[in-house]
Amino acid sequence: MFGTYLLRELTNRRKQTAIIAIGMALAIALVIIVNAVSGGVRDAQASVLASVYGVGTDITVSQAAQPPAAGTGGRPAFNVGAGDGATAGGARVINQTRLVATRGTATFDSTALATANSVSNVKATTATLSLENTTFNGTLPGGAKTGSSGGQGGAGQGTAPTGGSDGAGGSSFKVDSFSVEGIDPAGAAVGPLTAVTLSAGRTFTSADVGKDVVVLDSSYATAASLAVDGTISIGGTDFTIIGLVSSSSSASATAANAYIPLDVAQTVSNLPGVISNVYVQANSSANIAQIQADLKKSLPNATVNTQADLASSVSGSLGTASSLVSSLGTWLSIIVLAAAFLLAILFTISGVTRRTREFGTLKAIGWRNSMIVRQVAGESFVQGLIGGVIGVVVGLVGIVAVNLAAPTLTASAVATRAAGPGGAGGSGAGGGRGFGQHAAAATTNIVLHAPVTATIIVIAVGLAMLGGLLAGAIGGWRAARLRPAEALRSVA
Amino acid sequence: MYELKNVTKTYRQAKRTVTALNNVTLSIPNGQMLAIQWPTGGGKSTLLQMLGALERPSSGSVALGDDVLSSMRDSKLAVIRAQEIGFVFQGFNLIPTLTAQENVETALAPLGLSTAERRSRAAQALADVGLADRATHRPAELSGGQQQRVAIARALVKNPDVLLADEPTGNLDEETRDDIMGLLEGLWRDKGLTLIVVTHDSAVAKRAQRRIHIKQGMVTEKS
Repeated sequence: MFGTYLLRELTNRRKQTAIIAIGMALAIALVIIVNAVSGGVRDAQASVLASVYGVGTDITVSQAAQPPAAGTGGRPAFNVGAGDGATAGGARVINQTRLVATRGTATFDSTALATANSVSNVKATTATLSLENTTFNGTLPGGAKTGSSGGQGGAGQGTAPTGGSDGAGGSSFKVDSFSVEGIDPAGAAVGPLTAVTLSAGRTFTSADVGKDVVVLDSSYATAASLAVDGTISIGGTDFTIIGLVSSSSSASATAANAYIPLDVAQTVSNLPGVISNVYVQANSSANIAQIQADLKKSLPNATVNTQADLASSVSGSLGTASSLVSSLGTWLSIIVLAAAFLLAILFTISGVTRRTREFGTLKAIGWRNSMIVRQVAGESFVQGLIGGVIGVVVGLVGIVAVNLAAPTLTASAVATRAAGPGGAGGSGAGGGRGFGQHAAAATTNIVLHAPVTATIIVIAVGLAMLGGLLAGAIGGWRAARLRPAEALRSVA
Repeated sequence: MYELKNVTKTYRQAKRTVTALNNVTLSIPNGQMLAIQWPTGGGKSTLLQMLGALERPSSGSVALGDDVLSSMRDSKLAVIRAQEIGFVFQGFNLIPTLTAQENVETALAPLGLSTAERRSRAAQALADVGLADRATHRPAELSGGQQQRVAIARALVKNPDVLLADEPTGNLDEETRDDIMGLLEGLWRDKGLTLIVVTHDSAVAKRAQRRIHIKQGMVTEKS
């Protein structure tokens, strides 16, 4: 009887069934689409982040940079002494190289690696040292001062300058810089090189510890006309190129232009025993919060970021899409879902009111309250279920449309190696650039792909059923409260 | 057998108390056909609802056999209604979305019968009221007289001890009224029911074994 009555009510009260089902379907479709787009944005963020932090990195440990002390640090500077460079044809050829920690990056003692490794539930760790190699190369006027300037307000007189790049006292120089990442050659489980694909030569092995060998980003190698077995000068030392790598993701670039063994990086940069990042992999995603808390306790001066924290460092339209999905999309879904639930509840209550005579009659012929509640709840539940199924279909169509449209988002993944505020400038250079100073960035275009998971479909249908049950429970409660005599009297 | 002792029923209506029944004492033996005549708006439906275990008195007691309806829990009253009492209403009160057969089956739903038995008994009840060929029709597709026959089939399909009819011919023309009353009388005789008909129609009341008239809460036997 329950099934027959339910079927008859749904088919003969099509308008109410259609309104509730459509309302629920719209809400469910929106939930599915928002969730899928959100998943796509998360995947895109993860892809961009992996290019910087490597695959499998759950937590990064860095340290906030301190403002440079007055008279020290600050921007890289090249000081050319009077006797520097080789003089030829009245000009001086200057070639200087600096290998320093990347601006805005703080270095800290490498014992932090062992500390991180000792935290429970940590599966793997590795340390890196982020460096920037800058070369100043050019021609300056040679010899002593070739002219004299006039005094203040006076007209100077002297011989015309000679030498330099144009033979008339001019200068010409180039400044070239590239990023260098010192990494543990044996730390293959986690770290920047886990997100790359070897395109030529070989990658590091534990035998490369202490050797002047380098693995280059293939894009950088192409631009700099470098190849495997060639050499590249880093910090004034020639390194043999053993391999070329490219990002595993077509959507993003690698974290650095050059990778060298960590111990060598510390030596050539004259930064012994320091690192700039520790990459941590948890043995389970469930333990990430615990590891983060333990690391903060063990390394009080460190900045400990999880992937979720790092995701906020992705900027560009991908970042905009992420905030749009997480704020507008989520709230819109909640509002539409609440509206659909409310619609279902109001229509069910209205239906119960309209059917007062019917329920009064059923009670008069012996129907128990539980039977009436079950009937009303059953009808609402099926209406919600119909809405849920339609919503899933509409949602899937929406996702297909998103994937066919394949919107392209730009993303800039920046390593959140916390930077300190700009400090007082040293000689001839200003302080750091302040907060937002980033060590590594990978700007790229990413095609958004919205993935569908069985879980979200189950959750969506579950939400629809929950909405139906909620409406049914409220409607059934109202129907159960009807006194049969009053219900029949109201008919009279 | 019904026993009503000093039954009073009052309602609160817009800050005033309305007395629908005032100290009514009444005895209705099993198998009797009783007509209750009452001025319109005099509370006849209240008495019928009390007899039908739908309402409790404000004071006094109502008993059906050994069951004291006035002091029973709602769930127990629902069981009494499901097993022992059949209702026929002036407005038929059929469920518009169900067919005639399904409407009759609703009375058997609380009894926990198998689907096959429920269908078989409902079909037989429809045949008993002459509507075997209208089993698949919905109420809107039936005439007033046919709808009341379906309502009678619904009331009798569970083989109740008591049939309560509230103005069963109030919405019908004279010819159909006589048909329906003839049907009710026939079923009453055949099944040995206690048939209680509330009516303002003297022609209907005169067909009963016993007639009572209640005015201002006082019961008067009519010859």
